[in-house]
Amino acid sequence: MGSGHGQELNLTLKVWRQKNSKAAGSFETHQLTGISVDMSFLEMFDVLNEKLIIEGKEAIAFDHDCREGICGMCSMYINGRPHGPKDGVTTCQLHMRSFKTGDTIVVEPWRSGAFPVIKDLAVDRSAFDRIIASGGYVSVNTGSPQDANTILISKDAADEAFGAAACIGCGACVAACKNSSAMLFVSAKVSQLALLPQGQVERKARVLKMVAQMDEEGFGNCTNTGACEAECPKGISLENIARMNRELMSASATYAK
Amino acid sequence: MSKLDSKIPEGAIDQKWTKYRSTVALVNPSNKRSLEVLVVGSGLAGASAAATLAEMGYKVKVFCFQDSPRRAHSIAAQGGINAAKNYQNDGDSTYRLFYDTIKGGDYRAREGNVHRLAEVSSSIIDQCVAQGVPLAREYGGLLSNRSFGGTQVQRTFYAAGQTGQQLLLGAYSALQRQVGSGNVELCARHEMLDVVTIDGVTRGIIARNLVTGEMEKHFGHAVLLCTGGYGNVFYLSTNAMGSNVTAAWKAHKKGAFFGNPCYTQIHPTCIPVSGDHQSKLTLMSESLRNDGRIWVPKKKDDNRKATDIPEEERDYYLERRYPAFGNLVPRDVASRGAKERCDAGYGVGNSKMAVYLDFAFNTARYGRTEATKRNIHNPSHEEIMKMGKEVVKEKYGNLFDMYQQITGENPYEVPMRIYPAVHYTMGGLWVDYNLMTTVKGLYALGEANFSDHGANRLGASALMQGLADGYYVIPYTLGVYLSTEVTRMSAEKDKADSIEKLKTNHPAFEKALNEQNDIINKFLTINGTKSVESFHKRLGLIMWNKCGMARNKQGLTEAIAEIQALRKEFWSDVRVLGTANEFNPDLEKAGRVADFIELGELMCKDALHREESCGGHFREEHQTEDGEAQRDDVNFAYVAAWEYKSESNWELNKEELKYENIKIAQRSYK
Repeated sequence: MGSGHGQELNLTLKVWRQKNSKAAGSFETHQLTGISVDMSFLEMFDVLNEKLIIEGKEAIAFDHDCREGICGMCSMYINGRPHGPKDGVTTCQLHMRSFKTGDTIVVEPWRSGAFPVIKDLAVDRSAFDRIIASGGYVSVNTGSPQDANTILISKDAADEAFGAAACIGCGACVAACKNSSAMLFVSAKVSQLALLPQGQVERKARVLKMVAQMDEEGFGNCTNTGACEAECPKGISLENIARMNRELMSASATYAK
Repeated sequence: MSKLDSKIPEGAIDQKWTKYRSTVALVNPSNKRSLEVLVVGSGLAGASAAATLAEMGYKVKVFCFQDSPRRAHSIAAQGGINAAKNYQNDGDSTYRLFYDTIKGGDYRAREGNVHRLAEVSSSIIDQCVAQGVPLAREYGGLLSNRSFGGTQVQRTFYAAGQTGQQLLLGAYSALQRQVGSGNVELCARHEMLDVVTIDGVTRGIIARNLVTGEMEKHFGHAVLLCTGGYGNVFYLSTNAMGSNVTAAWKAHKKGAFFGNPCYTQIHPTCIPVSGDHQSKLTLMSESLRNDGRIWVPKKKDDNRKATDIPEEERDYYLERRYPAFGNLVPRDVASRGAKERCDAGYGVGNSKMAVYLDFAFNTARYGRTEATKRNIHNPSHEEIMKMGKEVVKEKYGNLFDMYQQITGENPYEVPMRIYPAVHYTMGGLWVDYNLMTTVKGLYALGEANFSDHGANRLGASALMQGLADGYYVIPYTLGVYLSTEVTRMSAEKDKADSIEKLKTNHPAFEKALNEQNDIINKFLTINGTKSVESFHKRLGLIMWNKCGMARNKQGLTEAIAEIQALRKEFWSDVRVLGTANEFNPDLEKAGRVADFIELGELMCKDALHREESCGGHFREEHQTEDGEAQRDDVNFAYVAAWEYKSESNWELNKEELKYENIKIAQRSYK
């Protein structure tokens, strides 16, 4: 279990190092002492990198930005779980009080053919951007749309759409899935827009285009293991995948291009 | 004569924008196709501008340092976005939003810009809802509103505590739609390192591909800097780790004046620092002040647990000092209040540098309302609190979770501990009414410019301004300049070495690229003993201690000397490892810290010269008897626009602020 306020930890870190997308990678072991339990996991990496630089060794590359769990940039696979041992948090929100002294922590990048490694722990997730570009929007140009209160939206529908829209696009779902499936990510956007009146006009075309792009990017299929939902830091529900499958079947049967 | 022409249109305040946008020059659709616009930054301002300009037919390229435009730091904005919709029928209007923003900015913003912002605020909400942004709704299906600081109406629209995320994803999806249709070229993991000008006119940028290290030249007829604020000059701030001033600073050194650099917003409700390892600070949304009451013990050095301190021994100091606005005073006032109490010895927690933000009172209130709704008579205290917590969870659940993750304490049971932290910079590149900087063809939008918030920004106004600039201002004002480019292009059609024919082959591009290569090579060959990070930390400490919440002449003078010494040390003793031709985050950071050091000096110079207190700029020498900010409207009612001359050498230009519609007055929230 976790450790209490003010304590310090001694840890063994096994970190994936890989020069670039073409080079072979391997694990590198580091010993860390005096790590405060109040540090975030990424602050522990800051300490390690500072140590490496002073020793004249190159710092470990990892993606991170907001450090408050919302930008979706951090992406570490920690002890076999995306974003580490705690449910419902991103790596940046994981704190060292979730570990105990003497622990060995293994840190890898997201592993998926569709997310090639750039260097060390940083991967290329641009496939997600291309999926959104294929249809994850409502086609309204900036202009003078009707007053925002003209179309009433039930609170339940708005809340459910919001639940799906809470996806931060981090890719933990893909990293968690044995098939590297992106179904949870894609279905979250499909669901958000299918649940709202604004999304109805392009509803069928959208799901067809987004699923086609997802397949083209090389993501695997869904076999309903539910690992994505279990590891999603934002609690995106598996129901979204069920909804997307219904949307896809309906659109495939009734939508003529 | 002043070098600054704000280009505010003539006429009545409520007619300026309408008349201007109906009469400015336009660019016809076929000409738009041959005009290239470079948008740097993909937050609310950048994504909305890029999407809209591409929809209009311009050729657009977007640059962001993150791996996806969706991750720009606008994503982290929590509480909401203001709009003068008056949906609540509580007395709101365009004029009132305009008035609140001018007053909130402590009478240091331009009337013309702020009125335009208030005018377009309504359309922003309409546009976002049309995009499928799931803003919060009431049971009847209408949009919901809440209150923010510095106002007495409910005009803030929100999506739980993730408003910035939802608005940004709306703008991002609009942008990706244009990427998908081939109208926008997306350059993610790219960092702009310089503006390229030819004969004083903007012609493009130099950018580094952060994955390969390749240096790239990009041509544009206009460049839009939508690169956010520079709060990270303080090292610890609520900004993202990558947020930086480099694009704006390089533009400054190429001739763009920097407006009011010392105007910094210190946000009152952030999670306090826990130790030396701290890499960033986390905001707890201002919306929490709707239901959280701020207090400290009445007794100094009271070490009892918050829940053991009885009601009569608590000092709700904001409610005591500002009865009219209470806990919803503007941010600068709330922050100074917390600092004053902590400095006086009333702080709480281990560090004693924190105050309580307590939800118990309103949790109980919500609980009693729920009991009434559910027909539960004589509910027990436990039942009331349980039902109340459900309501609080629905409103602020994600914020409470975040607080618990970071501190290990449960804010449903004990009050939050909060302390002010650097959050936003009102200062930025000086722009005219068209959002153009002092360099022709170079624009600044959103937090990157200085224009709309004066000396203090009101809560929920940053999202409004970013989207206003991108969706509704630049699409009109960019044409004013680009229509002249069309004329030029036509005149130069037969010239062999015209700008259009040469584009990035013009020698100015090669020269700028070589200069940036030299800087990168310099970093990699200093081979000193100290990490980039350690210099950034030291700069942050100087800035926080001497150019932070309270400033004085002696401290600022010292800070300038310390920063100059730090700069010398940085350039002789920094250690940057790895090579230029690879993904090298440490090298990226070296460039950003080098620019922050130069900016820090200018901020201190600006703060030193402004012998008054206004908004977020509090000079200890200038305060009223009861410790409020004391402005000097006779001598300082101007925008300080600094012109870069050479290292550590700037010339001050002044843009006088004229108040024709609002009577300039001592700000009071009592």
